[in-house]
Amino acid sequence: MSKNEMIQITYREAVREAIREALRRDERVFLLGEDVGRYGGCFAVSKGLLEEFGPERIIDTPLSESGFTGAGIGAALGGMRPIVEIMTVNFSLLAADQIINNAATFLHMSGGCFNVPLVIRMSTGGGKQLAAQHSHSLEGWYAHIPGIKVLTPATLEDARGMLWSALEDPDPVLIFEHQSLLNMEGQLPANAGAVDIDRAQIRRPGSDLSVITYGASLFKALEAAEILAGEGIEVEVIDLRTLRPLDDATFLTSIASTHRALIVDEGWRSGGISAEICARIMEGAFYELDAPVERICGAEVPMPYAKHLEEAAMPQVEAIVTTAKRMVRSNG
Amino acid sequence: MAEFCMPSLGADMKEGILVKWKVEPGDQVKRGDIISEVETQKGIIEIEVFTDGTIEQILVHPGEKVPVGTVLATIRVPGEEAKAPREERPPEPTFKYKFCMISAQHKEGPAKRPPEPTPVTTAGKRLKISPSARKLAAELAVNLSTVQGTGQGNAITRADIERAAEAQNAAAPLAPVKPEAGMRQAIATAMARSNREIPHYYLATHIDMSNTMRWLASENKKRSIKERILPVVPLIKATALALGKVPELNGFWIDDRLQLQEAVHVGFAISLRQGGLVAPAIHHADLKSLPELMEALHDLITRTRGGRLRSSELTDATITVTCLGDLGVETVYGVIYPPQVALVGFGKIMEQPWAENGMLGIRPVLTTSLAADHRATDGHRGAQFLEALNQYLQKPEEL
Amino acid sequence: MKEELIRETIFRVLRPITPEADFDELAPDENMQEVLDIDSFDVLNFFIQLYEELGVEIPEEDYGEIITLNDLIGYLAIRIE
Repeated sequence: MSKNEMIQITYREAVREAIREALRRDERVFLLGEDVGRYGGCFAVSKGLLEEFGPERIIDTPLSESGFTGAGIGAALGGMRPIVEIMTVNFSLLAADQIINNAATFLHMSGGCFNVPLVIRMSTGGGKQLAAQHSHSLEGWYAHIPGIKVLTPATLEDARGMLWSALEDPDPVLIFEHQSLLNMEGQLPANAGAVDIDRAQIRRPGSDLSVITYGASLFKALEAAEILAGEGIEVEVIDLRTLRPLDDATFLTSIASTHRALIVDEGWRSGGISAEICARIMEGAFYELDAPVERICGAEVPMPYAKHLEEAAMPQVEAIVTTAKRMVRSNG
Repeated sequence: MAEFCMPSLGADMKEGILVKWKVEPGDQVKRGDIISEVETQKGIIEIEVFTDGTIEQILVHPGEKVPVGTVLATIRVPGEEAKAPREERPPEPTFKYKFCMISAQHKEGPAKRPPEPTPVTTAGKRLKISPSARKLAAELAVNLSTVQGTGQGNAITRADIERAAEAQNAAAPLAPVKPEAGMRQAIATAMARSNREIPHYYLATHIDMSNTMRWLASENKKRSIKERILPVVPLIKATALALGKVPELNGFWIDDRLQLQEAVHVGFAISLRQGGLVAPAIHHADLKSLPELMEALHDLITRTRGGRLRSSELTDATITVTCLGDLGVETVYGVIYPPQVALVGFGKIMEQPWAENGMLGIRPVLTTSLAADHRATDGHRGAQFLEALNQYLQKPEEL
Repeated sequence: MKEELIRETIFRVLRPITPEADFDELAPDENMQEVLDIDSFDVLNFFIQLYEELGVEIPEEDYGEIITLNDLIGYLAIRIE
């Protein structure tokens, strides 16, 4: 396999490759969750892994998020490197006590004696008509909690590379895989590997407006940027990648050159990560702003099932284009 | 401890370059002593000190350009112990200049005009401007009061500032090389502000100058050429005395109210040959005799044209007098120099048919006009002022 | 010869009052005050300087006779000893 060889791969396959690599490289790594084994994962991410690695490393659990997340925490405390899969972020609320009260606090409460090197993967976001109990974007909530890291891989490269870096991290890391990205297909270097998990990245440079986003909204922002470029507006698109710790230096630096900021977040506006980003901009770049910071967020409703309503409840390309134009070419 | 600050030498001044110190730490100074020179858009100005004491520390050195209100030196007032030296160039001039205003005002004597802050508001309304545009405007020295906003809700944006800066540069491309361009800019700022903020009203009247001219001719006949009195001198004196009858025209409009001034310091508009105009104060014009006024005027015009004005002369005027009669102008329609509230304009004294007591005669007639701030006075008081002025000019021997 | 001397004195005295003026451009029959753009204060100064240089004191009532350069030269010429 040559160094530069590219392979055609989906996001789902990239995550599977990442898990497979981790299982191969480190015998302490194992995967547990609902239907990850015989069924191949609710989103078919772990298809084939049970056959390859056996039931001791690919463990089907009962429908008990609190129980198996707690088991993951215990295993991590015991020296293992568990990957816990929770079907959706909505279901993670059943494990919120384990994540927030246990995983996030043990290092602190043990006086620095016990790290919890746990990775929890879960799906997030809407767009697949899975309705209000499977489609929400609560990653911003988790970004509120000290003691954990919150990753939101959007690109194939990050889907492939963030897991290993997360497993290497001595503390609990939550990885949010957007449902609508799983079938996304593209080219990835065959030798793609670990990537950093603490920096935002500029996915498209531009001079007129900084669009700050993450997850599936990244691609809507990039599509909008392409349309806007045709109209002479150069948008800089920033993929946050990690919501906690938030890499504010990258977007503050960007705003210092564009002087305008638009945040696109599928999560709800009130008290969401978009509000936090907005606050950081006020704290760090107030004197750089040439227009008020704006936000395009998910509508503040439970995610609807009907396709047209679901679309209306999520940030869309058209809204980004319209808002960006108004911000850059405002007149009255 | 008193602080000697970069003074505001006019409504339009924002900063000045300290050119020279005439004192050193340890020197004794008296109120009114000229202790430094400052270069402004109006030329090099000698700066007087407003307190007695001993120069403690010099904080700004020759060649440095600092904002109005920056402490230039500290002065130990009598009875005060020497203190440990303070840090040079205090970083917060805005706070300091408040202090300067207070320390300048608690002394008796001519009240000081407070320095003008960068206009963040226009006529009491807060400007709608983005933080970044405000920063850029400061960097490019763009006068915000002239910028039209095109952003959301007509807010001023960076693009607006960039356009304004280009327009400013296009309008004054020679600014860095021609000092008079700086003065033009200063006049532009002050006059634009006047026209924008001051609701002017205008009154004019014809004054029979027979008595004054006859009296002046006989006076001048008695005098050597060097002691001759120009007709403008009785006009200035009569103006100053008439202000005693209508004191509301002698003062400043500051903080939305008229602040009457007791002393009458008549600013006399002096045009400069290279273009531009300065209206320095003749201090206590109401208390000077005509020969004293002539001498003061001679001294003032000579020093103005030689670029050696004193700070108090630039800041103290409580009213302005403009004479354009030499060029044949009949009536002056003046623009008030803020924060003053009135300007008296004199045209040419010319022979005119004059009807009086049913008889027609030829008289030297002067058209006198008053431009006054309607916020401070009404036409009725303005009319009383012009009538008082007329009465004084009918009895020149009493001036 | 005498008039040439007077002319030189006039221009020398005027120089500091109107530093930018080109006296070659000043026609002998033009209104001096208008062309040179000098005010009554400048005129008085000018006459004081002429008095100091030439000893001729111009009374106010004669101002009306002195409009042009020729007027002035003529006026001074007959009064200089």
